[in-house]
Amino acid sequence: MIDNFLSWFVVLLILIASGIMLINRDWRVQLGALALQYLAAFWLVTRHLPFAMGSAKLVTGWMVVAALGMTRLSLTTDTEEDTFRPRGQWFPIVLIGIVALVAFGATPRIEAATPGLGLPVIAGSLLLIGAGLIHLGITADIFRAILGLLTMLIGFEIIYAAVESSILVAGFLALTNLGLGLVGSYLLIADASSRTIVEDELA
Amino acid sequence: MSAPVIWILIPLLSGVFILFGLRERVSAIVGGTIATVLAMTALILPIDTALLVGSVSVKISPAIQFFGRSFVLSAADGTLLAVIYGLAALWFFGTEASGTAHRFVSLGLIIISLLIASIAVEPFLFAALLIEMAAMLVIPLLVPLYQRPGRGVMRFLIYQTLAMPFILFSGWMLAGVEASPGDISLTTQAGTMLGLGFAFLLAIFPLYNWIPMLTEESSPYAAGFLLWALPTFTIIFAMGFLDRYAWLRASTQLSSAIQFAGVFMVASAGIFASVQKHIGRMMGYAAIAESGLIILAIGLRSTEVVNITFLLLLPRGLELAVWALGLSIIKRETYSLSFDDVQGLARKFPFATSGIIIAHLSMTGFPILAGFPPRLALWNELASQSLFASFWVFVGLLGLLIGAIRTLSVFVMAEENIAWNWGESGIQAGMLGVGVIGLFILGLFPQAMQPLLSRLPAIFEHLGQ
Repeated sequence: MIDNFLSWFVVLLILIASGIMLINRDWRVQLGALALQYLAAFWLVTRHLPFAMGSAKLVTGWMVVAALGMTRLSLTTDTEEDTFRPRGQWFPIVLIGIVALVAFGATPRIEAATPGLGLPVIAGSLLLIGAGLIHLGITADIFRAILGLLTMLIGFEIIYAAVESSILVAGFLALTNLGLGLVGSYLLIADASSRTIVEDELA
Repeated sequence: MSAPVIWILIPLLSGVFILFGLRERVSAIVGGTIATVLAMTALILPIDTALLVGSVSVKISPAIQFFGRSFVLSAADGTLLAVIYGLAALWFFGTEASGTAHRFVSLGLIIISLLIASIAVEPFLFAALLIEMAAMLVIPLLVPLYQRPGRGVMRFLIYQTLAMPFILFSGWMLAGVEASPGDISLTTQAGTMLGLGFAFLLAIFPLYNWIPMLTEESSPYAAGFLLWALPTFTIIFAMGFLDRYAWLRASTQLSSAIQFAGVFMVASAGIFASVQKHIGRMMGYAAIAESGLIILAIGLRSTEVVNITFLLLLPRGLELAVWALGLSIIKRETYSLSFDDVQGLARKFPFATSGIIIAHLSMTGFPILAGFPPRLALWNELASQSLFASFWVFVGLLGLLIGAIRTLSVFVMAEENIAWNWGESGIQAGMLGVGVIGLFILGLFPQAMQPLLSRLPAIFEHLGQ
């Protein structure tokens, strides 16, 4: 009973973290929200996987957050304003609202089709997948695109953990997460160095 | 020793060693030699068969356990390993001539070993994860540290990452379909998931927009390597699905959908190629058309599916290598590959421009070149099934041919009184020469591929039977 209540609380946390990541433009806040999503994913994953495997996912996730944070912190030049991204706060709020409606609407149907996954697990997973896809859809910025991919991947991992408990898959998924974080860091550094070179040439 | 250790672990560790321990100039020779040795080993030493060397009996075991799962390279995979590492050696030796960014050989070896692991892993659907890892490793090749990442690279990363969940989920759902084959709803859902996953992985229309972007903004050699390596293994992975699930093989709707996707890719890529004004983008569209042909071959309702698919896959690596090398040589001089910048270059770079045109013509299916025999075989089968599809394939290939003629005219459009030069180095001319001769040999004597082609279908138990 308490577990179930906690699980739904975690789903609420996912909704809030996804919303913050979508609305806020400060990279520190966005990374904080990502770290929170990994924490929430840890709880939902451990509904089906052993504690140790869930912990491995959490540690990997936080390592990704740390890698991205350190990279972003080390960049002397600020990233360019994302012109593709719609301005204003209402648009992302409406989008995350739509995702929430779709996720909560689809959850009982998926549970009916594949019993045993658990309603909070499905809802949390769908929320993250939806939020990640929306993130990818409304940005052309490297940092935000990586955050979107990672968010989508966390959502997928939650629901996939319920159907596949292989250690090899868990390891590969951890490597994929870590790889995505490192690729994101690499692309951020490449972007910043290219702009530094251009600025130096202009000066 | 086991086969996965030889053909997965050794190249993986060699790649890491080259990355951290060797200079760029040496890495091409070392990496190329390692790939050649691995190819020769795969060709000579049979897997899972005892050999008597002097008084010692040697046997390469086919499997290895890793975290409770198996990596298996059976005796049937030997030929495929030889082909893959042989072509990889060609790419690695070419890095010196192409002047590609360092790390190509080291990361290339790691990428190839991961992709080999993707055909060895059991259950086979975990391959999606290994392909995703390989795709991520391609990024440093495509974007040097001082170059701004373009939209093509980001789209490539996003599409490859989106493919993985779809394929993993579909694999899980397909197991359910096997358990209850009468469940139409589950079958449709699994099929849709699988289709979406492979649409992202294989860059099926309209998800191929990243390819011309990438060939325009990135190093042509790295982009060419990517366009050879990833689709080759993805196609084998896709054929693994068809081989594993009888209902997928038997589904006429799926076969029609695959054929339609293939025809659409060939026709659209050919038409787009005919109007391009950038020779890098031209290579991208040609690669898309080639992928379309391979997808079309998979969708054939024929026992020749596997033969035709491998007949298309084998020359692809050579065609793209020659084309990408030619583009790299030109790009080092002009920095841009738009028609305005490469006009009249045939007199300055005769080998590079000839290589590009011959590789392009081969991809259009021009007679006496490597691309002709597989296209003829495909057309022969396709014409007996659908004249409509054959017509649109013809339109696509005609578009590619128009692109080749336009490129040729731009290359020779030099101002008067400009003397012919030999702008390429000896290594560059030699590598291009070897590649072009290879294209002619495969076109004139397609039976040269027969020893390989006769053994490759054994990879699959049911497909093409």
